[in-house]
Amino acid sequence: MSSSATDISVDLAKPPGWNRPPLIEPDGEGELLELAMGPHHPSTHGVFRMDVALDGERVIRLKPVFGYLHRNHEKLAEGMSYLASMPFTDRLDYMCPLTNNWAYALAVEKLTGQEVPERAEYLRVILGELTRVVNHASAIGFLTQEMGASGTPLMYAFREREKILDLFEALTGARMMVNYMRFGGCRVDATPAWLAGVRKVLDGLPKFADEFENLLCSNEIVMARAQGVGILRPELAVNAGITGPMLRASGVNYDIRKVDKYGIYDRFKFRVPLGDHGDVYDRFMIRLLEMRESFGIIDQALKDIPGGPVMDPKAKVRGFRPKAGEAYGRIEGPKGELGFYLISDGGPNPYRYRIRPPSLINLTVLEDMCLGSNVADVVLIFGSVDIVLGEVDR
Amino acid sequence: MIEKADQIFILLAHWLVSFLPASLQHPAMVLLGVVAIIATFPAIFALTVLLERKGLGRMQNRYGPNRVGPYGLFQPIADGLKSLTKEDIVPFNADAVVHFLAPVLLVVVVFMGYAVLPIGRNMTLVNMDAGLLFFFAIGASSELSVFMAGWSSRNKYSLLGAMRAVAQMISYEVPLLMSSVAVVMMTGSLSLNKIVDAQNQYTYGLPHWYVFTPWGFAGFVLFAIAATAETNRSPFDLPEGESELVAGYFTEYSGFKFALFFLGEYVGMMGISGLGATLFLGGYSAPLKMLEVVPSWIWFFAKIMLAMCAFIWVRGTLPRLRQDQLMNFAWKFVLPLTLLNLVVAGMWRFMGDGWLRWVVCSAVLLGAYVLMGRVGMRKENFGPRSYRYAE
Amino acid sequence: MLGEGILKGLGETARNFAGSFVSAERLTTVQYPEERIAPIEATRDFPFLVYDGEDWQAGMRCVACQICEKECPPKCIYIVKSTDKKPDALGKPQIYPARFDIDISVCMSCQICVEVCPFEAIKMDTEFELSTTDRFGGLLYDKKELSKSNEHYHKVHPTEAAEVDARLAEEKVKADAKAKAVAAAAAAKAAAPPAAAKPATPAVEKAAVVAPIPAAKAVEEETKG
Repeated sequence: MSSSATDISVDLAKPPGWNRPPLIEPDGEGELLELAMGPHHPSTHGVFRMDVALDGERVIRLKPVFGYLHRNHEKLAEGMSYLASMPFTDRLDYMCPLTNNWAYALAVEKLTGQEVPERAEYLRVILGELTRVVNHASAIGFLTQEMGASGTPLMYAFREREKILDLFEALTGARMMVNYMRFGGCRVDATPAWLAGVRKVLDGLPKFADEFENLLCSNEIVMARAQGVGILRPELAVNAGITGPMLRASGVNYDIRKVDKYGIYDRFKFRVPLGDHGDVYDRFMIRLLEMRESFGIIDQALKDIPGGPVMDPKAKVRGFRPKAGEAYGRIEGPKGELGFYLISDGGPNPYRYRIRPPSLINLTVLEDMCLGSNVADVVLIFGSVDIVLGEVDR
Repeated sequence: MIEKADQIFILLAHWLVSFLPASLQHPAMVLLGVVAIIATFPAIFALTVLLERKGLGRMQNRYGPNRVGPYGLFQPIADGLKSLTKEDIVPFNADAVVHFLAPVLLVVVVFMGYAVLPIGRNMTLVNMDAGLLFFFAIGASSELSVFMAGWSSRNKYSLLGAMRAVAQMISYEVPLLMSSVAVVMMTGSLSLNKIVDAQNQYTYGLPHWYVFTPWGFAGFVLFAIAATAETNRSPFDLPEGESELVAGYFTEYSGFKFALFFLGEYVGMMGISGLGATLFLGGYSAPLKMLEVVPSWIWFFAKIMLAMCAFIWVRGTLPRLRQDQLMNFAWKFVLPLTLLNLVVAGMWRFMGDGWLRWVVCSAVLLGAYVLMGRVGMRKENFGPRSYRYAE
Repeated sequence: MLGEGILKGLGETARNFAGSFVSAERLTTVQYPEERIAPIEATRDFPFLVYDGEDWQAGMRCVACQICEKECPPKCIYIVKSTDKKPDALGKPQIYPARFDIDISVCMSCQICVEVCPFEAIKMDTEFELSTTDRFGGLLYDKKELSKSNEHYHKVHPTEAAEVDARLAEEKVKADAKAKAVAAAAAAKAAAPPAAAKPATPAVEKAAVVAPIPAAKAVEEETKG
């Protein structure tokens, strides 16, 4: 399939742009070893393929190939009502369904100008921060699993995750696919018994974070594997639109909770940890420190939560037709900036429904981070980006 | 009575052999010894595999296997049956003879190492004068089988994995040998029986094990690190790691041959733990004089199991080292420390008895360790970090 | 000092190992199916149709309004309205579903059908051990398989069921009061000259039929409140 005038050879097995000149020069002579890592991946992040070209052990070229989990969410949403898309947002970043719900609800509330009662805002913050704890603990667990620590930190993280998932089930009815946030509030109110349950789980979490830190952070082998590996410079991070813990590990102070102050985040006192080097070690330490900050936020929210309704009384469940217009609602999700862009034409279904997936955008710099590293490090760097394929492929 | 319990296997063997004519008695004794070794150590292997899975499970807040039999005791049988009944796939391009011989060689070689280990009083199968030399020579042959496995598969990735594994094993042979040379220096003999005899003495009820001296302790730690790397155990198990790209040297093996590799690895681990116990922990001698009522072979097995538990513990905690980091560690850290250990052992001998030699030798070793640690970490530019916060 | 972090890690693992023999916190496995976790009340698995009383056909609350069918995101509900009417639990003739199928293999347990139902007719069950060997129809539940009694609803979701019952009782009281008021007004009109009698009678019937719908609207408002 090549035309003779311009030498464009289309190799369907290789991704587009594969044949451009590499960004770093190979050391030795001879061919580069071309390898496809995945889609049955050695690490646990989902169906994802990386085409790498190696010179000995060094990576010369790397192209991520994804789309194996594409489920057509954005187009389907154009045929369904706004409410009917809510359960599907759970399935985007399936480790953090509550924050996905929140981002979508925020976008629709911007579109329609609905008010959210205070109790609902507090509940949203509690659930959002619990989700952040779950996500960061699992991310660190998976990263150490890839380093070869035969699953021990992962099991500890999942032990805590189980308690939090039980809390989610008690409130929303489901452990993961929660379908809980609604436009104008939350679906179901929380009982005092549930809030006491959150307090009980929260009391055990700092001990778990200490255990994790003890196990991992001054461990020389973890330091040797993770420090100086996969460095991301702050200019590149900002230019590429990276957000979330990856950006903050490179030293850029940008947390949407502080910038946009969406919801009631301006009422909470919390700090934003920043890294200096931008390597894998920084990314995973930033996640650990953010987890600790989340404990503080949940504590403050539990103390201050008022009574009242959890749903805007003027909100309609059926026959919901926002006026024509567009809105972009974004939150600081555990993986980065999760945004929903909605265009409404006045009908019951959205005209355009677009998701800004943080995992996909954070992946665009994978090649730049992996160039020149060993193959063993590629798996680690990929793990430190912390993606979920449901979000990348939607 | 205690004597009888201690020598029970020897007495049993003598009794069995007395039924044969005099000319056949000696070969029959040796044969019985061989059969005993080949019967016991795979049984302990089965137990160890189960112990590993349950131990790892408990460390990870879960049960290990507990469905097959009470407490999962029949799990190794189930695993064995599974490996036996799997299809034996030999790749089309593979060199069939070498492919078949690699696991066989591994198993033969690791069992041969047990011939010189003193398993109990008078229970060494072959009482060689150069037993230690024999053990190391045989142990090095196991690396050959790893290479044969990688080569015969005719698979680029298996070959790369095999070469990395062999490089790792060869680099750690040197510290392994050097740490045992200190023991040989102090005992004055290569014979493992004499080494155990030198440690089998008690002062105020405490034994003369070499691990209780500064140079012996350092030697033991270095021997343990080198032994972990020799047997490809975590944290040095990159060649067989599952989450690494380039597959290990035994990718092309399935069914019983894979089980043989597994058997060879664990039996090799037990053999090298036995050697470590003999060199540093006093072999079959009891920890306290009064505990000599317990038979000597029980102490030997107890020490081996302790070492296996340590292996399992380390595997459950530590992540893997990358290949180049592993090699750097061997040549730039472990080897210089073993050479220094030899010097310290010499100093210990020349200083004569007294408290001074304890202080000086410990200080030298500790100082060297801390210094090398600091230099190494600073060169690689890593260390614990502190983070700043923005409001 | 080199090796300190490793020793700390080893200590942590040893603590977990020892702890797994003494505390349940460090050994969190539940040996399913011999042991089970206590069921959480709010859990939701797949829908079921609620019926009042003893007879599942006579007491079914569903009136085949097809709102759940329209709102279901994966479109797993299939309803066919009946052509005749049957008396419902309150005694009034209502249309009922001639067919009500839910394909459990498509249902994603989102609970939107429960939220939008104006008649408290469909609720979420908590049964999840539903494997079947019938590949083609085994997970397609029809009206009969979906119908479960109100007692069952009380058993699986006691708090919710109590709230629903309270609400329905309240509505019944309101509806009865309204019907009585309308009947009294109509009777008063009937007591007047007979010329006005004829138009009065249809008015009485209309009032009786109109009564359930305002109750439904009240339910909707309460759900959102």
